[in-house]
Amino acid sequence: MSVPSAPLENESSSGSTGTARVKRGMAEMLKGGVIMDVVTPEQAKIAEDAGAVAVMALERVPADIRKQGGIARMSDPDMVEGIVNSVSIPVMAKARIGHFVEAQVLQSLGVDYVDESEVLTPADEAHHIDKWAFTVPFVCGATDLGEALRRIAEGAAMIRSKGEAGTGNVVEATRHMRQIRSDIRRLATLDETELFVAAKELRAPYDLVAEVAKLGKLPVVLFTAGGIATPADAAMMMQLGAEGVFVGSGIFKSGDPARRAEAIVKATTFYDDPDVIAKVSRGLGEPMVGINISELPADQRYSDRGW
Amino acid sequence: MPQPQIGVLALQGDVREHLYALEAAGARAVPVRRPSEVEAVDAIVLPGGESTTISKLARTFEVLEPLRERIGGGMPAYGSCAGMILLADRIEDGVEGQETIGGLDVTVRRNAFGRQVDSFEADVEVDGVPGDPVHAVFIRAPWVEAVGERVEQLARVKGGPADGRIVAVRQGHLLATSFHPELTGDLRVHALFVELVKGR
Repeated sequence: MSVPSAPLENESSSGSTGTARVKRGMAEMLKGGVIMDVVTPEQAKIAEDAGAVAVMALERVPADIRKQGGIARMSDPDMVEGIVNSVSIPVMAKARIGHFVEAQVLQSLGVDYVDESEVLTPADEAHHIDKWAFTVPFVCGATDLGEALRRIAEGAAMIRSKGEAGTGNVVEATRHMRQIRSDIRRLATLDETELFVAAKELRAPYDLVAEVAKLGKLPVVLFTAGGIATPADAAMMMQLGAEGVFVGSGIFKSGDPARRAEAIVKATTFYDDPDVIAKVSRGLGEPMVGINISELPADQRYSDRGW
Repeated sequence: MPQPQIGVLALQGDVREHLYALEAAGARAVPVRRPSEVEAVDAIVLPGGESTTISKLARTFEVLEPLRERIGGGMPAYGSCAGMILLADRIEDGVEGQETIGGLDVTVRRNAFGRQVDSFEADVEVDGVPGDPVHAVFIRAPWVEAVGERVEQLARVKGGPADGRIVAVRQGHLLATSFHPELTGDLRVHALFVELVKGR
Protein backbone atom coordinates (compact mmCIF):
# COMPACT_ATOMS: atom_id res chain seq x y z
CA MET A 1 0.00 0.00 0.00
CA SER A 2 1.60 3.28 -1.00
CA VAL A 3 1.11 5.99 1.58
CA PRO A 4 1.96 9.58 0.62
CA SER A 5 3.85 11.14 3.46
CA ALA A 6 2.44 14.16 5.21
CA PRO A 7 4.31 17.41 4.57
CA LEU A 8 4.29 18.17 8.28
CA GLU A 9 6.00 15.39 10.18
CA ASN A 10 7.36 15.97 13.61
CA GLU A 11 10.79 14.38 13.82
CA SER A 12 12.32 13.76 17.22
CA SER A 13 14.86 11.40 18.70
CA SER A 14 12.04 9.04 19.69
CA GLY A 15 10.51 8.94 16.20
CA SER A 16 7.93 10.76 14.06
CA THR A 17 4.42 11.61 15.19
CA GLY A 18 1.49 12.71 13.03
CA THR A 19 2.62 10.74 9.95
CA ALA A 20 0.12 9.51 7.37
CA ARG A 21 0.94 5.98 8.50
CA VAL A 22 0.10 6.49 12.19
CA LYS A 23 -3.02 8.46 11.25
CA ARG A 24 -4.32 5.85 8.81
CA GLY A 25 -3.04 3.06 11.05
CA MET A 26 -5.21 4.30 13.91
CA ALA A 27 -8.29 3.79 11.72
CA GLU A 28 -7.08 0.28 10.80
CA MET A 29 -7.26 -0.57 14.51
CA LEU A 30 -10.92 0.47 14.66
CA LYS A 31 -11.99 -1.90 11.87
CA GLY A 32 -14.81 -4.30 12.61
CA GLY A 33 -15.89 -2.03 15.44
CA VAL A 34 -18.65 0.39 16.39
CA ILE A 35 -18.09 4.07 17.23
CA MET A 36 -20.90 5.57 19.28
CA ASP A 37 -22.13 9.17 19.70
CA VAL A 38 -22.21 10.17 23.38
CA VAL A 39 -23.12 13.45 25.07
CA THR A 40 -22.14 12.73 28.70
CA PRO A 41 -19.41 10.81 30.57
CA GLU A 42 -22.13 8.39 31.76
CA GLN A 43 -23.10 7.57 28.18
CA ALA A 44 -19.43 7.18 27.29
CA LYS A 45 -19.05 4.56 30.06
CA ILE A 46 -22.13 2.72 28.79
CA ALA A 47 -20.63 2.70 25.29
CA GLU A 48 -17.26 1.46 26.55
CA ASP A 49 -18.92 -1.29 28.62
CA ALA A 50 -20.95 -2.33 25.57
CA GLY A 51 -17.77 -2.89 23.55
CA ALA A 52 -17.52 0.32 21.49
CA VAL A 53 -14.07 0.75 19.87
CA ALA A 54 -14.32 4.52 20.30
CA VAL A 55 -16.81 7.21 21.26
CA MET A 56 -17.75 10.43 19.46
CA ALA A 57 -18.11 13.23 21.99
CA LEU A 58 -20.69 15.84 21.06
CA GLU A 59 -23.10 18.23 22.72
CA ARG A 60 -26.27 17.08 21.00
CA VAL A 61 -26.87 13.94 18.97
CA PRO A 62 -27.95 14.65 15.37
CA ALA A 63 -31.62 13.87 16.10
CA ASP A 64 -31.65 16.70 18.68
CA ILE A 65 -29.74 19.06 16.39
CA ARG A 66 -32.53 18.51 13.84
CA LYS A 67 -35.25 19.07 16.40
CA GLN A 68 -33.75 22.14 18.07
CA GLY A 69 -32.32 23.79 14.96
CA GLY A 70 -29.93 26.74 15.15
CA ILE A 71 -26.20 26.66 14.49
CA ALA A 72 -24.51 23.45 15.54
CA ARG A 73 -20.88 23.94 16.64
CA MET A 74 -17.96 22.13 18.26
CA SER A 75 -18.80 21.00 21.79
CA ASP A 76 -17.78 22.85 24.94
CA PRO A 77 -14.18 21.90 25.85
CA ASP A 78 -15.31 21.03 29.41
CA MET A 79 -17.72 18.51 27.98
CA VAL A 80 -15.13 16.99 25.59
CA GLU A 81 -12.57 16.81 28.39
CA GLY A 82 -15.10 15.21 30.75
CA ILE A 83 -15.58 12.40 28.23
CA VAL A 84 -11.85 12.09 27.44
CA ASN A 85 -11.24 11.59 31.18
CA SER A 86 -14.09 9.13 31.71
CA VAL A 87 -13.07 6.35 29.29
CA SER A 88 -9.88 4.59 28.18
CA ILE A 89 -10.99 3.88 24.60
CA PRO A 90 -10.27 6.47 21.86
CA VAL A 91 -12.37 9.64 21.84
CA MET A 92 -13.38 11.45 18.64
CA ALA A 93 -15.03 14.85 18.40
CA LYS A 94 -16.66 16.91 15.65
CA ALA A 95 -15.49 20.17 14.11
CA ARG A 96 -17.50 22.17 11.55
CA ILE A 97 -16.58 21.77 7.88
CA GLY A 98 -13.77 24.26 7.19
CA HIS A 99 -13.46 25.37 10.83
CA PHE A 100 -9.75 24.76 11.32
CA VAL A 101 -9.65 26.56 14.67
CA GLU A 102 -12.25 24.22 16.17
CA ALA A 103 -9.99 21.42 14.96
CA GLN A 104 -6.95 23.07 16.57
CA VAL A 105 -8.86 23.27 19.86
CA LEU A 106 -9.89 19.61 19.68
CA GLN A 107 -6.29 18.59 19.00
CA SER A 108 -5.12 20.60 22.01
CA LEU A 109 -7.75 18.84 24.17
CA GLY A 110 -6.16 15.49 23.29
CA VAL A 111 -8.96 13.94 21.23
CA ASP A 112 -7.80 10.96 19.19
CA TYR A 113 -9.67 11.71 15.93
CA VAL A 114 -11.46 14.78 14.58
CA ASP A 115 -14.63 14.32 12.51
CA GLU A 116 -14.95 17.23 10.07
CA SER A 117 -18.68 16.76 10.01
CA GLU A 118 -21.64 17.85 7.92
CA VAL A 119 -23.82 17.26 10.98
CA LEU A 120 -22.54 20.57 12.34
CA THR A 121 -23.27 23.81 10.47
CA PRO A 122 -20.51 24.39 7.87
CA ALA A 123 -18.13 27.26 8.63
CA ASP A 124 -16.75 27.58 5.08
CA GLU A 125 -18.77 27.17 1.91
CA ALA A 126 -15.78 26.44 -0.34
CA HIS A 127 -12.93 24.94 1.65
CA HIS A 128 -12.54 21.98 3.89
CA ILE A 129 -9.83 21.96 6.58
CA ASP A 130 -6.23 21.38 5.42
CA LYS A 131 -5.88 18.21 7.43
CA TRP A 132 -2.20 17.61 6.60
CA ALA A 133 -1.38 20.54 8.92
CA PHE A 134 -2.48 18.56 12.00
CA THR A 135 -0.95 15.84 14.19
CA VAL A 136 -4.42 14.52 15.08
CA PRO A 137 -6.02 12.42 12.30
CA PHE A 138 -9.34 13.30 10.61
CA VAL A 139 -12.35 11.33 9.42
CA CYS A 140 -14.62 12.92 6.80
CA GLY A 141 -17.97 12.03 5.25
CA ALA A 142 -18.50 11.18 1.58
CA THR A 143 -21.43 10.34 -0.66
CA ASP A 144 -19.40 9.05 -3.61
CA LEU A 145 -15.83 8.18 -4.59
CA GLY A 146 -14.93 11.64 -5.92
CA GLU A 147 -15.89 13.26 -2.64
CA ALA A 148 -13.97 10.61 -0.66
CA LEU A 149 -10.83 11.21 -2.74
CA ARG A 150 -11.08 15.00 -2.43
CA ARG A 151 -11.13 14.56 1.35
CA ILE A 152 -8.19 12.13 1.26
CA ALA A 153 -6.27 14.62 -0.89
CA GLU A 154 -6.85 17.20 1.87
CA GLY A 155 -5.40 14.75 4.41
CA ALA A 156 -8.38 12.73 5.72
CA ALA A 157 -7.06 9.46 7.20
CA MET A 158 -10.44 7.74 7.31
CA ILE A 159 -13.68 8.05 5.32
CA ARG A 160 -17.26 7.35 6.35
CA SER A 161 -20.40 7.35 4.28
CA LYS A 162 -22.46 10.41 5.17
CA GLY A 163 -25.87 8.80 5.22
CA GLU A 164 -28.47 11.13 6.67
CA ALA A 165 -27.61 11.58 10.34
CA GLY A 166 -30.31 11.83 12.99
CA THR A 167 -33.03 10.21 10.91
CA GLY A 168 -32.77 6.59 12.06
CA ASN A 169 -33.25 5.85 8.37
CA VAL A 170 -30.53 3.80 6.73
CA VAL A 171 -31.54 4.47 3.12
CA GLU A 172 -29.01 7.27 2.46
CA ALA A 173 -26.12 5.34 4.03
CA THR A 174 -27.06 2.44 1.75
CA ARG A 175 -27.03 4.72 -1.27
CA HIS A 176 -23.62 6.19 -0.36
CA MET A 177 -22.00 2.83 0.41
CA ARG A 178 -23.28 1.37 -2.85
CA GLN A 179 -22.17 4.44 -4.78
CA ILE A 180 -18.63 4.46 -3.34
CA ARG A 181 -18.17 0.73 -3.88
CA SER A 182 -19.57 0.79 -7.39
CA ASP A 183 -17.40 3.80 -8.32
CA ILE A 184 -14.36 1.80 -7.11
CA ARG A 185 -15.36 -1.31 -9.10
CA ARG A 186 -15.83 0.79 -12.21
CA LEU A 187 -12.32 2.28 -11.90
CA ALA A 188 -10.83 -1.20 -11.83
CA THR A 189 -12.21 -1.86 -15.34
CA LEU A 190 -10.59 1.20 -16.95
CA ASP A 191 -7.32 1.30 -18.87
CA GLU A 192 -4.62 3.84 -18.12
CA THR A 193 -5.80 6.41 -20.67
CA GLU A 194 -9.34 6.23 -19.37
CA LEU A 195 -8.15 6.87 -15.80
CA PHE A 196 -7.22 10.45 -16.72
CA VAL A 197 -10.79 11.11 -17.82
CA ALA A 198 -12.11 9.33 -14.73
CA ALA A 199 -10.04 11.65 -12.53
CA LYS A 200 -11.54 14.63 -14.32
CA GLU A 201 -15.09 13.29 -13.92
CA LEU A 202 -14.55 12.40 -10.27
CA ARG A 203 -12.96 15.84 -9.66
CA ALA A 204 -10.19 14.05 -7.78
CA PRO A 205 -6.38 13.96 -8.07
CA TYR A 206 -5.16 11.54 -10.75
CA ASP A 207 -2.63 9.83 -8.43
CA LEU A 208 -5.33 8.88 -5.94
CA VAL A 209 -7.64 7.69 -8.73
CA ALA A 210 -4.86 5.49 -10.14
CA GLU A 211 -4.09 4.15 -6.66
CA VAL A 212 -7.73 3.18 -6.06
CA ALA A 213 -7.93 1.52 -9.49
CA LYS A 214 -4.87 -0.55 -8.59
CA LEU A 215 -5.83 -1.44 -5.00
CA GLY A 216 -9.54 -2.01 -5.69
CA LYS A 217 -10.25 -0.12 -2.46
CA LEU A 218 -9.71 3.27 -0.86
CA PRO A 219 -6.19 3.90 0.47
CA VAL A 220 -7.79 4.57 3.88
CA VAL A 221 -10.35 2.75 6.02
CA LEU A 222 -14.02 3.13 4.98
CA PHE A 223 -16.69 3.18 7.70
CA THR A 224 -20.39 3.84 7.38
CA ALA A 225 -22.52 6.41 9.20
CA GLY A 226 -25.86 8.17 9.09
CA GLY A 227 -29.13 6.52 10.09
CA ILE A 228 -27.94 3.18 11.50
CA ALA A 229 -30.45 2.19 14.19
CA THR A 230 -30.56 -1.62 14.46
CA PRO A 231 -28.14 -4.58 14.54
CA ALA A 232 -29.43 -5.58 11.09
CA ASP A 233 -28.70 -2.07 9.75
CA ALA A 234 -25.10 -2.37 10.96
CA ALA A 235 -24.69 -5.86 9.48
CA MET A 236 -26.13 -4.77 6.14
CA MET A 237 -23.63 -1.92 5.92
CA MET A 238 -20.80 -4.37 6.67
CA GLN A 239 -22.07 -6.71 3.95
CA LEU A 240 -22.13 -3.73 1.58
CA GLY A 241 -18.42 -3.27 2.23
CA ALA A 242 -18.16 -0.96 5.24
CA GLU A 243 -15.18 -1.77 7.46
CA GLY A 244 -16.94 -0.54 10.60
CA VAL A 245 -19.90 1.48 11.82
CA PHE A 246 -20.67 4.86 13.37
CA VAL A 247 -23.93 4.93 15.32
CA GLY A 248 -25.19 8.37 16.25
CA SER A 249 -28.66 8.96 17.60
CA GLY A 250 -29.61 5.29 17.10
CA ILE A 251 -28.36 4.12 20.50
CA PHE A 252 -29.12 6.80 23.06
CA LYS A 253 -32.45 7.74 21.42
CA SER A 254 -33.68 4.16 21.80
CA GLY A 255 -35.56 2.48 24.65
CA ASP A 256 -32.66 0.44 26.09
CA PRO A 257 -29.33 2.01 25.03
CA ALA A 258 -26.96 -0.40 26.84
CA ARG A 259 -28.61 -3.45 25.33
CA ARG A 260 -28.94 -2.00 21.84
CA ALA A 261 -25.32 -0.83 21.91
CA GLU A 262 -24.10 -4.32 22.81
CA ALA A 263 -26.33 -5.90 20.16
CA ILE A 264 -24.99 -3.61 17.42
CA VAL A 265 -21.40 -4.43 18.45
CA LYS A 266 -22.10 -8.17 18.19
CA ALA A 267 -23.93 -7.84 14.87
CA THR A 268 -20.99 -5.88 13.44
CA THR A 269 -18.54 -8.67 14.33
CA PHE A 270 -20.84 -11.44 12.99
CA TYR A 271 -22.28 -9.35 10.15
CA ASP A 272 -22.31 -12.36 7.84
CA ASP A 273 -24.05 -14.75 10.25
CA PRO A 274 -27.86 -14.28 10.25
CA ASP A 275 -28.27 -16.66 13.23
CA VAL A 276 -26.19 -14.35 15.43
CA ILE A 277 -27.95 -11.23 14.10
CA ALA A 278 -31.36 -12.82 14.81
CA LYS A 279 -30.28 -13.73 18.32
CA VAL A 280 -28.96 -10.30 19.25
CA SER A 281 -31.93 -8.48 17.66
CA ARG A 282 -34.47 -9.99 20.08
CA GLY A 283 -36.10 -7.93 22.83
CA LEU A 284 -34.16 -4.72 22.35
CA GLY A 285 -37.10 -2.45 23.15
CA GLU A 286 -38.10 0.56 21.10
CA PRO A 287 -35.73 1.70 18.35
CA MET A 288 -35.44 5.45 17.77
CA VAL A 289 -38.37 6.94 15.88
CA GLY A 290 -37.24 7.50 12.31
CA ILE A 291 -37.79 10.19 9.71
CA ASN A 292 -38.59 9.63 6.04
CA ILE A 293 -35.98 11.37 3.92
CA SER A 294 -38.66 12.64 1.51
CA GLU A 295 -40.20 14.59 4.39
CA LEU A 296 -36.93 16.46 5.02
CA PRO A 297 -36.80 19.99 3.59
CA ALA A 298 -33.76 20.50 1.34
CA ASP A 299 -31.97 22.77 3.82
CA GLN A 300 -32.11 20.01 6.44
CA ARG A 301 -30.33 17.42 4.34
CA TYR A 302 -26.94 17.22 5.98
CA SER A 303 -25.50 14.96 3.26
CA ASP A 304 -25.63 17.88 0.78
CA ARG A 305 -23.13 19.79 2.94
CA GLY A 306 -19.49 19.45 1.87
CA TRP A 307 -17.88 20.19 -1.50
CA MET B 1 5.04 -28.92 9.78
CA PRO B 2 5.55 -27.87 6.14
CA GLN B 3 2.89 -25.17 5.87
CA PRO B 4 1.20 -24.40 9.19
CA GLN B 5 -2.37 -23.15 9.40
CA ILE B 6 -2.36 -19.98 11.48
CA GLY B 7 -5.54 -18.33 12.70
CA VAL B 8 -6.06 -14.61 13.19
CA LEU B 9 -8.57 -13.76 15.91
CA ALA B 10 -11.16 -11.90 13.84
CA LEU B 11 -13.50 -10.32 16.38
CA GLN B 12 -12.27 -6.77 15.71
CA GLY B 13 -9.12 -4.97 14.55
CA ASP B 14 -6.59 -5.12 11.71
CA VAL B 15 -7.28 -8.76 10.86
CA ARG B 16 -6.82 -8.48 7.09
CA GLU B 17 -3.28 -7.07 7.40
CA HIS B 18 -2.21 -10.00 9.60
CA LEU B 19 -3.82 -12.55 7.26
CA TYR B 20 -1.93 -10.99 4.37
CA ALA B 21 1.42 -10.85 6.22
CA LEU B 22 1.11 -14.49 7.37
CA GLU B 23 0.32 -15.72 3.86
CA ALA B 24 3.24 -13.71 2.49
CA ALA B 25 5.48 -15.26 5.16
CA GLY B 26 4.56 -18.76 4.01
CA ALA B 27 1.68 -19.83 6.24
CA ARG B 28 -1.94 -20.61 5.46
CA ALA B 29 -3.92 -17.93 7.29
CA VAL B 30 -7.57 -18.10 8.34
CA PRO B 31 -9.85 -15.82 10.35
CA VAL B 32 -11.02 -17.28 13.70
CA ARG B 33 -14.25 -16.22 15.44
CA ARG B 34 -15.74 -19.45 16.80
CA PRO B 35 -14.66 -22.13 19.33
CA SER B 36 -14.48 -24.80 16.59
CA GLU B 37 -12.18 -22.55 14.57
CA VAL B 38 -9.86 -22.15 17.58
CA GLU B 39 -9.52 -25.95 17.68
CA ALA B 40 -8.68 -26.19 13.97
CA VAL B 41 -5.55 -24.02 13.81
CA ASP B 42 -1.87 -24.73 14.58
CA ALA B 43 -1.22 -21.26 15.99
CA ILE B 44 -3.01 -17.96 16.59
CA VAL B 45 -2.32 -14.29 15.96
CA LEU B 46 -4.06 -11.73 18.17
CA PRO B 47 -4.28 -8.58 16.02
CA GLY B 48 -4.16 -4.88 16.75
CA GLY B 49 -7.48 -3.31 17.67
CA GLU B 50 -9.27 -2.17 20.82
CA SER B 51 -8.31 -4.61 23.58
CA THR B 52 -11.42 -3.93 25.70
CA THR B 53 -13.69 -4.69 22.73
CA ILE B 54 -11.83 -7.84 21.69
CA SER B 55 -11.73 -9.15 25.24
CA LYS B 56 -15.45 -8.59 25.71
CA LEU B 57 -16.35 -10.23 22.39
CA ALA B 58 -14.03 -13.18 23.15
CA ARG B 59 -15.94 -13.78 26.37
CA THR B 60 -19.38 -13.33 24.74
CA PHE B 61 -18.69 -15.60 21.78
CA GLU B 62 -17.03 -18.25 23.96
CA VAL B 63 -13.55 -18.25 22.48
CA LEU B 64 -11.76 -16.87 25.57
CA GLU B 65 -11.59 -20.20 27.45
CA PRO B 66 -10.71 -22.31 24.37
CA LEU B 67 -7.89 -19.86 23.58
CA ARG B 68 -6.65 -20.01 27.20
CA GLU B 69 -6.66 -23.79 27.09
CA ARG B 70 -4.88 -24.10 23.76
CA ILE B 71 -2.30 -21.40 24.47
CA GLY B 72 -1.79 -22.84 27.97
CA GLY B 73 -1.30 -26.22 26.30
CA GLY B 74 1.52 -24.93 24.08
CA MET B 75 -0.17 -23.53 20.96
CA PRO B 76 2.07 -20.73 19.61
CA ALA B 77 0.59 -17.24 19.73
CA TYR B 78 1.72 -13.82 18.53
CA GLY B 79 0.06 -10.60 19.67
CA SER B 80 0.61 -7.10 18.27
CA CYS B 81 -0.46 -4.08 20.35
CA ALA B 82 -3.96 -5.03 21.61
CA GLY B 83 -2.82 -8.62 21.04
CA MET B 84 0.09 -8.08 23.44
CA ILE B 85 -2.39 -6.88 26.07
CA LEU B 86 -4.53 -10.00 25.48
CA LEU B 87 -1.52 -12.30 25.97
CA ALA B 88 -0.35 -10.61 29.17
CA ASP B 89 -0.93 -12.20 32.57
CA ARG B 90 -1.27 -8.76 34.17
CA ILE B 91 -2.38 -5.36 32.81
CA GLU B 92 -2.16 -1.81 34.15
CA ASP B 93 -4.67 0.89 33.15
CA GLY B 94 -7.20 -1.61 31.83
CA VAL B 95 -10.92 -1.02 32.28
CA GLU B 96 -12.60 -2.52 35.34
CA GLY B 97 -12.91 -6.27 34.95
CA GLN B 98 -10.93 -6.39 31.67
CA GLU B 99 -9.98 -10.01 31.08
CA THR B 100 -6.98 -11.30 29.17
CA ILE B 101 -6.22 -14.67 27.66
CA GLY B 102 -2.88 -14.64 29.47
CA GLY B 103 0.06 -17.01 29.25
CA LEU B 104 2.78 -14.41 28.92
CA ASP B 105 4.36 -13.71 32.33
CA VAL B 106 4.50 -9.92 31.94
CA THR B 107 2.78 -6.78 33.16
CA VAL B 108 1.65 -4.64 30.22
CA ARG B 109 0.60 -1.00 30.54
CA ARG B 110 -2.26 -0.09 28.24
CA ASN B 111 -2.05 3.18 26.18
CA ALA B 112 1.36 3.65 27.84
CA PHE B 113 2.81 5.99 25.21
CA GLY B 114 -0.19 8.33 25.42
CA ARG B 115 -3.06 9.32 23.18
CA GLN B 116 -3.23 9.27 19.36
CA VAL B 117 -1.30 12.56 18.99
CA ASP B 118 1.61 10.71 20.66
CA SER B 119 1.43 7.74 18.26
CA PHE B 120 4.71 7.48 16.36
CA GLU B 121 6.96 5.47 14.09
CA ALA B 122 10.62 4.73 14.83
CA ASP B 123 13.34 2.18 14.12
CA VAL B 124 13.92 -0.50 16.77
CA GLU B 125 16.46 -3.31 16.93
CA VAL B 126 14.68 -6.61 17.52
CA ASP B 127 16.64 -9.66 18.76
CA GLY B 128 15.96 -12.59 16.44
CA VAL B 129 15.27 -10.34 13.45
CA PRO B 130 18.49 -10.17 11.44
CA GLY B 131 19.54 -7.22 9.28
CA ASP B 132 18.35 -3.64 9.51
CA PRO B 133 16.32 -2.39 12.47
CA VAL B 134 12.55 -2.93 12.22
CA HIS B 135 10.62 0.20 11.30
CA ALA B 136 8.02 0.08 14.04
CA VAL B 137 4.60 1.78 14.09
CA PHE B 138 3.23 2.51 17.58
CA ILE B 139 -0.47 3.45 17.78
CA ARG B 140 -1.80 4.31 21.25
CA ALA B 141 0.56 1.50 22.07
CA PRO B 142 1.17 -0.43 25.28
CA TRP B 143 4.61 -1.26 26.69
CA VAL B 144 5.87 -4.05 28.89
CA GLU B 145 6.25 -2.74 32.41
CA ALA B 146 7.68 -5.83 34.11
CA VAL B 147 8.71 -9.32 32.99
CA GLY B 148 8.91 -12.71 34.70
CA GLU B 149 12.09 -14.80 34.71
CA ARG B 150 11.25 -16.91 31.67
CA VAL B 151 10.59 -13.89 29.42
CA GLU B 152 13.18 -12.77 26.86
CA GLN B 153 13.22 -9.05 26.13
CA LEU B 154 13.60 -8.66 22.37
CA ALA B 155 13.37 -4.89 21.81
CA ARG B 156 13.44 -1.57 23.62
CA VAL B 157 12.61 1.96 22.49
CA LYS B 158 15.66 4.16 21.96
CA GLY B 159 15.56 7.86 22.87
CA GLY B 160 12.68 10.17 23.73
CA PRO B 161 10.56 10.21 26.87
CA ALA B 162 9.97 6.45 26.72
CA ASP B 163 13.67 5.60 26.31
CA GLY B 164 14.42 2.02 27.32
CA ARG B 165 10.82 0.77 27.49
CA ILE B 166 10.36 -2.87 26.49
CA VAL B 167 8.31 -3.23 23.28
CA ALA B 168 8.89 -6.83 22.15
CA VAL B 169 9.10 -10.04 24.20
CA ARG B 170 9.20 -13.79 23.76
CA GLN B 171 8.45 -16.57 26.20
CA GLY B 172 8.89 -19.95 24.50
CA HIS B 173 5.93 -20.31 22.12
CA LEU B 174 4.58 -16.82 22.82
CA LEU B 175 5.66 -13.66 20.97
CA ALA B 176 4.37 -10.11 21.49
CA THR B 177 5.14 -6.65 20.13
CA SER B 178 3.80 -3.21 21.15
CA PHE B 179 4.07 -2.17 17.51
CA HIS B 180 2.40 -3.23 14.24
CA PRO B 181 4.71 -4.98 11.73
CA GLU B 182 1.55 -5.87 9.77
CA LEU B 183 1.21 -2.20 8.73
CA THR B 184 4.61 -1.72 7.11
CA GLY B 185 5.07 -4.56 4.64
CA ASP B 186 8.22 -5.71 6.52
CA LEU B 187 7.48 -9.42 6.94
CA ARG B 188 10.39 -10.32 9.21
CA VAL B 189 8.46 -10.45 12.50
CA HIS B 190 5.74 -12.61 10.92
CA ALA B 191 8.46 -14.80 9.37
CA LEU B 192 10.00 -15.20 12.83
CA PHE B 193 6.61 -16.34 14.15
CA VAL B 194 5.97 -18.72 11.23
CA GLU B 195 9.42 -20.30 11.86
CA LEU B 196 8.58 -20.59 15.56
CA VAL B 197 5.34 -22.40 14.64
CA LYS B 198 7.09 -24.70 12.16
CA GLY B 199 9.67 -25.61 14.78
CA ARG B 200 7.08 -27.07 17.16
